[in-house]
Amino acid sequence: MTQTSSHGDTETRRSLFKISAFSVSLWLKRILLWIFPLTFLAILFFYPLSKILALTFDFNTLTSENIQLAFDVLRFTLYQAILSTLLTLLLGLPSAYLFARFDFRGKALLRALTAVPFMLPTVVVAAGFTALLGPRGLIHAIFPLSSFNFIGTLTAILIAHVFYNTTIIIRVVGNALSSLDPKLEAAARSLGADTFHVWWKVIIPLLRPSLLASSMLVFLFDFTSFGVILLLGGSKFSTLEVEIYLRILKLPNLSLAALLSVIQLLCTLIFSILYTRLVSRSTTQLAPRPTQQRPKTFQQKLFVTVFAVLLTAFFLAPLSALPFRSLFRLEADRGQRGEVQYGFTTDYYTELFVNRRGSVFYVPPIRATVNSLTYASATVILSILLGFPAAFALAKPTRLERILDPLIMLPLGSSAVMLGLGFIITYGKWLTLPWLVPFAHTLVALPFVIRTLQPAIASIPERLRQAASSLGASPFEVWKNIDFPILRRATLAAATFAFTISLGEFGATLLISRPEYPTIPVAIERFLSQPGGLNYGQAMAMATLLMTLTLASILLIEKFRLPNSGEF
Amino acid sequence: MKRLLLLFILLLAACSPQATATPQANEPPSAVPQATVPPATEAPTSTEPQTLTVMTHDSFAVSEEVVKAFEDANNARVVFLQSGDAGAVLNKAILTRDAPLADVLFGVDNTFLSRALEADIFEPYESPALQEISADYKLDASNRALPVDYGDVCINYDKAYFTEKNLAVPQNLDDLIKPEYKDLLVMENPATSSTGLAFLLATVAYYGDTFTAYWQALKDNGVVVVDGWETAYYTNFSASSGKGPQPMVVSYGTSPAAEVIFANPPITDAPTASILGMDTCFRQIEFVGILKGASQARQRALAEKFVDFMLSQQFQEDMPLQMFVYPVNPNAKLPDEFTKYAQAPEQAAKLDPDLIAKNRDAWIQAWTDVVLK
Repeated sequence: MTQTSSHGDTETRRSLFKISAFSVSLWLKRILLWIFPLTFLAILFFYPLSKILALTFDFNTLTSENIQLAFDVLRFTLYQAILSTLLTLLLGLPSAYLFARFDFRGKALLRALTAVPFMLPTVVVAAGFTALLGPRGLIHAIFPLSSFNFIGTLTAILIAHVFYNTTIIIRVVGNALSSLDPKLEAAARSLGADTFHVWWKVIIPLLRPSLLASSMLVFLFDFTSFGVILLLGGSKFSTLEVEIYLRILKLPNLSLAALLSVIQLLCTLIFSILYTRLVSRSTTQLAPRPTQQRPKTFQQKLFVTVFAVLLTAFFLAPLSALPFRSLFRLEADRGQRGEVQYGFTTDYYTELFVNRRGSVFYVPPIRATVNSLTYASATVILSILLGFPAAFALAKPTRLERILDPLIMLPLGSSAVMLGLGFIITYGKWLTLPWLVPFAHTLVALPFVIRTLQPAIASIPERLRQAASSLGASPFEVWKNIDFPILRRATLAAATFAFTISLGEFGATLLISRPEYPTIPVAIERFLSQPGGLNYGQAMAMATLLMTLTLASILLIEKFRLPNSGEF
Repeated sequence: MKRLLLLFILLLAACSPQATATPQANEPPSAVPQATVPPATEAPTSTEPQTLTVMTHDSFAVSEEVVKAFEDANNARVVFLQSGDAGAVLNKAILTRDAPLADVLFGVDNTFLSRALEADIFEPYESPALQEISADYKLDASNRALPVDYGDVCINYDKAYFTEKNLAVPQNLDDLIKPEYKDLLVMENPATSSTGLAFLLATVAYYGDTFTAYWQALKDNGVVVVDGWETAYYTNFSASSGKGPQPMVVSYGTSPAAEVIFANPPITDAPTASILGMDTCFRQIEFVGILKGASQARQRALAEKFVDFMLSQQFQEDMPLQMFVYPVNPNAKLPDEFTKYAQAPEQAAKLDPDLIAKNRDAWIQAWTDVVLK
């Protein structure tokens, strides 16, 4: 593309030849980049989904009554998703800044902590929030006069969404912020810009791709929210996904479910196209400059302290209910229960290792842990292998990518229950193959991996690459010294997403369930399905195990971040 | 990155799922470990074990030794496919009617029975074991769906709460709308929970066409609605470990027994009990059927044996403590905890499955309009 043709006929011909050879190799490269991700999506997503929709969709369901229902539900779905996304940004952006710019004690742990909710089953999160904010929760115990109701309100839904998704903003925007040169801010300031202007005119525009990518992920998660709406929102609120679930499993009306699924898919497609348009207009190429410092000025110290405490409180308070409940029997709050002993106990943990009822479906905790870790590791490898080529192609978009880009996000915006049915009618008995589980998890993880890698790849300065190669660096050396330092950070963030998504995923595991391969979330669900203090305690113990495991895994993954920069 | 990859590969290699099809009995080492090892000496003469796939809901449970007894007696290997709750399982079975995922389906209850029969997914099978079973449970005359167990959805109450407040325990549905019980009951949404649906059906059976008026009154009296049993019991109910705000919950007649069995440390009296007045509880009966398409004679014969086995005394006596349901086989003896703490109503509410199938959606809609809007 930068060929010059000033040396006569032969040169011109040669460069013409070069151009066509270049475009052929370009196309070959594009095909190579896309073939595996697209085949994967075709087999696991497009084919089963179109098959089930073709089977269940019926134009006769397009009655005014149904359309009215769909419209009402869509309105609330959008409303809560937009509100949730804005609130998540409100907490996420300063947090991303905190982690990207400052060094403080306990930073690694706090960063890991913010990712923990991402994999916790909704039942467990609901239990945590109830223990804190419920009618007999901690807050109520401290302020007995407050008679506010948390569970069953829109507030509960919004807070839970922020709780779940803030980590997306922290990780995706945080990565971009860490490679933003603080000299730019300093320059703007020395030219007289105040903090607001520095953010508004300098930082936000530079962060645009990662801001859009992460907001889009958060928005889609909120848009297709299901467990949070059902469990914390009570019965008054309903999103498209909840309605689809109801029509498929409870009030069987598959054609109405299909109609709602199609609407949900179309919306996702529209959002994704808008997103692609917005992103394509802004690519910022930046040199990586790891710049983290201990807070120096008073303002900085105040900011770091306030936000670190705020984040710790917000994430730790609901989560701490789980280990607490797994180790303590609750106080006797009334008479009559004298014979029951209260206080500290490790029984719930020891009991995990006993198959007291000799059940076929007993889940040994070690096996559940091993299964969960195996699935999660396989998901990481699979989604990174598939995500890298796609992200590379998307980072330097041609016309092909403009078309493919929005399609990548569709798995996040389609109904999991509907897709599950598609799996069943398409793959039937194959569904019992345990290795399908990481494939299903990868379907959810892939959009995350791609959207995390894509802005990072796009931000690699082309001029640095060109300079390096013109100075005689081999492609490998270019990759090692320029691409790799930027991508390492993004790759680790992507791996963390894939890992936590797989650890906490529950639906696919159930869909492809064979009792021989239970995961930890499946085990939690089993305990909670029967009455009795021991069952509740064991569910909490299992959830604590899951939390610890995630925390340890994230810390381990993040240990690999930039070991040379002395970040740790 | 390399180190990371290496770590993952190592992890993968070290811990590929090591489960076996039939999990080995997890007994303490003292209990003769040889007994659980498949006898290798027998293998050369006998043929490969025949696999039987049983599709069921997530609440299904059975003892290892009971399954093993069946497997040993029939040289079979039983694979259980748990596919969600009862409604999800049925829907999946109907969708895959042409290429069934399993040979046998267990877990269709009387609220879904007509739907299963209309979709024609079962083959009739007149098990000899049916002779002993009371006609009360046999809802399908052509024996495509055979009754296995029953249980009652009842309101559980927190005994301590009522004693402490010196409040009389409500006796029946009529009592629940009295002002002294305002804000005391939590129930499941019938649209999302089969437990909630059973409670709604109890009121339909009792009040007939005026059931919506009852629900208006119950709503005015502050009934709390949540999505499902887990939330109702563990988050809202005051006598469970969740220590919620409501001292009454729509649960099961056997839940008090489970509270004793799963107490830690052991207790001698249940902290909860059920309200057992006339027509206050709704009876759920669960059925098993052989799925159409298990056409091979050999497979069909094994499926029949499994159905017989589910109705046999051994399986029926194992059920109560595994799934907290009652056996339909009159010869099955109930465990002590059941006779002591599980309570059966004097007369449970019943509705004709055809009537339920026809009106279920309309009733749920009517309920939603009154209670949730």
